[in-house]
Amino acid sequence: MKTAQVMMATGANAAALAVKSARVDVVPGYPITPQTSIMEAVAAMVENGELHARFIPVEGEHSVLAAAVAASAAGARVFTATSANGLLYMHEVLHMASGGRLPVVLCNVNRGIFAPWTLWADHQDSFSQRDTGWIQYHCSSNQEVFNTILQAFRVAEQINIPIMVNFDGFAISHCLMPLTVPAQEDIDRFLPPHQPEWRLDPNHPSSFSNVTMASEYAPFRQMLSDDIMAAIPLVKQAAQEYKDCTGMWDGDSIETYRLDDAEVVAFAVNSMAAELKLSVDILREQGIKAGLLRPRLYVPFPTEDIIQALPENAQVMVLDRNYNFGHPGGILAAELKSVLFGRRNDVIVKNRVMGIGGIDLTRRFMAEQILEMMDDKKGLL
Amino acid sequence: MATSIKKLPEIEQVLSGNGACGGCPATMALRMVGKALGPNAIMLLTPACSVASMGMTPKLGYNWPCINITFASAGSSASGISHALEIMQEKGRIEGELPTVFSWVGDGGTYDIGFQALSAAAERNENIIHFCYNNEAYSNTGVQRSGATPRGTFTTTTPTGKRQPKKNMAHMMLEHNIPYVATATVAYPADLYDKVVKAKSIKGMKYIEILAPCYLGWQFDMPDTVQLSRMAVRSGAWLLWEAENGKISFSNPTAHFINGKKTPDQVNEYLMRQGRFSRLLQGPDAKERIAEIQGDVDREIAFMRERAKITI
Repeated sequence: MKTAQVMMATGANAAALAVKSARVDVVPGYPITPQTSIMEAVAAMVENGELHARFIPVEGEHSVLAAAVAASAAGARVFTATSANGLLYMHEVLHMASGGRLPVVLCNVNRGIFAPWTLWADHQDSFSQRDTGWIQYHCSSNQEVFNTILQAFRVAEQINIPIMVNFDGFAISHCLMPLTVPAQEDIDRFLPPHQPEWRLDPNHPSSFSNVTMASEYAPFRQMLSDDIMAAIPLVKQAAQEYKDCTGMWDGDSIETYRLDDAEVVAFAVNSMAAELKLSVDILREQGIKAGLLRPRLYVPFPTEDIIQALPENAQVMVLDRNYNFGHPGGILAAELKSVLFGRRNDVIVKNRVMGIGGIDLTRRFMAEQILEMMDDKKGLL
Repeated sequence: MATSIKKLPEIEQVLSGNGACGGCPATMALRMVGKALGPNAIMLLTPACSVASMGMTPKLGYNWPCINITFASAGSSASGISHALEIMQEKGRIEGELPTVFSWVGDGGTYDIGFQALSAAAERNENIIHFCYNNEAYSNTGVQRSGATPRGTFTTTTPTGKRQPKKNMAHMMLEHNIPYVATATVAYPADLYDKVVKAKSIKGMKYIEILAPCYLGWQFDMPDTVQLSRMAVRSGAWLLWEAENGKISFSNPTAHFINGKKTPDQVNEYLMRQGRFSRLLQGPDAKERIAEIQGDVDREIAFMRERAKITI
């Protein structure tokens, strides 16, 4: 390992620095709060020559991703970023990217969805894109944002599936934290240059994403589904080898904290999960055997790792920062229950929705919520 | 002097055995485009007739790498490919002459759903060619109105005739201050060929719109495509022009109408050859409706005549 650089950086800057470290070729972009700072930083790096890439300032998010997937099809390593309604505006092209097997990496800076307008974080935007065929990471610190973007490029390019790296608006994107940027040599060792198996090449005329009959369409969709499921070992391998190259670790498909002997398990994603470690400490001080299980992957859902990690007879408190409309509670709880059903009947799952539209989630507030949920028979959904 | 049709290159980029209708003007035009661009090009297609006719996976009737993209995205996706190729060349990952990046898009993907991305690509002066093969309707989905459908036209969504005139799309592209804009049609293949050759040689945004008389949508006999194309030009319903760096010049016979040496044919005869007009021009108001359409044609000629005088 060479000497790493340590600095203070916002989550947005951490993302931009990861783009530079990944030696990205093309970045289409369009401003939306709170993502804008990433695009500003990338545009500045391209302009001053720090990053040898093309920044394409297109006219909307649908075009952002349309330019991104096409650049990827031409053989380039492509990054972009968005938030909330920008991600929703991309929805059609999200499907094209995954169906077209184009390994674009996209940062979604989580923000609540219009209407009414809100600028602050919740997870309705990324969770509502679950079925677009993208792999989704959710990150809980600035450092993890940096690390995950590099890991995402590696995994995406190994299996030709696009990856969304999610983190909270403002709490992560606009807050300064210490950031370690490994030496470029170590990163290059981890992330080799993008060498696509195929690209748009006049020497090999072929059609791409053309019309198919069901006899071809169905196998394409099955392959996509199979390959997304097969990503988990690659995600783990990428996390392990990133650790070998840089010494840093954020968990692989999941991250756990004081889980081994836990009787009460907090279950959440993103920045609130970082804060929850402190809630766990508070509960432990009160004599409650609390722990944390944070899915770092949302798609594919890390089913086996969760089933294996949950202690026997645990009460799992799912803290959802989103709504699962038409069902009580949130989306994460529904996901968890669907994978535990019939396999871990010893586990009890309780669920509360909180932090919507950026409501502050402090360690004390969440510790109190968990305490209430322990007694709350109604919380047992 | 236009290239003689006898001297066009023999190369065929549109392969035999594709799924186009007989007399398909888009396919005829694409054949000319292939002769002008040659094989070193990358083709983008939005949902349209040319996708339906290119052959289904894994077959391909066009001898280029072809990517199907989302309907609204020709301008942005072509930009993405163009930038990707340039940066990969700069980084030494690809060698040789860069391929021409071109979109092959209908009037729906140009005038309507694709307008925003196309306008933005033009404003950024991206190094691409956007071809619009304009059959003046959504022909692929069974002939619905588009922004390119002229006033008075029957379509399945304008059953009593469209009430609004079409946009002047080529002119709007000209006002983006891009280096090259041209119009063409299949009855003048050498004119089209020369314009594509010129576009290929220019760096920056190029827009070429090709009037494509569609027998199905326009309701005429399949073998008459070229004749209808010629009648459109001779009546002034379609004007042949190009603009290099904003300076407009006209091809014959349009040039004669512009400088007043000849008068265009009355639009009536052109209209009556097409079921999309003629079935609506039988009633007591036929005279007024034809006069309206003639008025639209006269206005465009007058407008382009005056616009061409602005050369700064």
